[in-house]
Amino acid sequence: MKSSVIVFPGSNCDRDVVVALKKFKIENQMVWHDNSTLPKSDLVILPGGFSYGDYLRAGCIASKSPIIEDIIKHAKKGGLILGICNGFQILIETGLLPGVLLRNKKLRFLSKNVYLKVTNLENKFCINYKNNNIIKLPIAHNEGNYFANDKILKNLEDNNLIAFKYCSNKGDINTENNPNGSSNNIAGILNDTKNILGMMPHPERLIDPILSGTDGSFMFEGLLKSY
Amino acid sequence: MKISATIILKKDVLDPQGKVVSQTLKNMGYKSVVNIRQGKYFEIELNESDKKKAKKVVEEISKKLLANTVIENYTINLD
Repeated sequence: MKSSVIVFPGSNCDRDVVVALKKFKIENQMVWHDNSTLPKSDLVILPGGFSYGDYLRAGCIASKSPIIEDIIKHAKKGGLILGICNGFQILIETGLLPGVLLRNKKLRFLSKNVYLKVTNLENKFCINYKNNNIIKLPIAHNEGNYFANDKILKNLEDNNLIAFKYCSNKGDINTENNPNGSSNNIAGILNDTKNILGMMPHPERLIDPILSGTDGSFMFEGLLKSY
Repeated sequence: MKISATIILKKDVLDPQGKVVSQTLKNMGYKSVVNIRQGKYFEIELNESDKKKAKKVVEEISKKLLANTVIENYTINLD
């Protein structure tokens, strides 16, 4: 499996993702945002960080980078795209995923571990969570409060396009366990064809039992399995 | 009464955010864009029917809180 990690000015989780990709023997290239051609890849990853210092809106300026045109082509061909944190914000600004990510409800930057329920197990990213669909991953963001109009939310729910929801350690999805105020406790969503996943939590940070845990590993292993 | 105030960086103060926005627009093909300065816009609802008095309050608000007059200018928009 070949992957490309796109690096924007201000990305800061790009190398963390590479550590994860290396561990699972996914052949990766780093691609600078200014390139206009995407190397042959099965998976494109937009990493976390603060591209362009979050100027104007988080992810907005990055979404106009030269590389994005090729990423949209890759998406239309059914290629896999994973946007993590700022990467999710960029996917939203490009229009590849619907809705918007607002400031966290309590206006605080959040950096902590949260429980998530994997609510769609039928996509290539989450296939491996079948036996363990309540997981713990870290979040670290200021704009993660997912918001969309009722029509979009209904479409997401009806077509099972929500991949992750914030929940309690027992899997209860409620306001108490919603860290940032996001609509329907949404932590990550898929596009209609389920080849694009945008998520606020960081799976790449939980890939080693010695350092943290392995709840993130399942995603990378699952991607390899479904490849 | 509703009054709005616009706060913008003074002409000689560097505005990196405005510069990035303007460069991005140029990259997107908007060749006629020369420069962009980014500021803030406030809509202020006042419990005051006298225009003059209201303007005075907003002016005070702008000076005391909304703008840092060392680097920013404010304009009050009455309509």
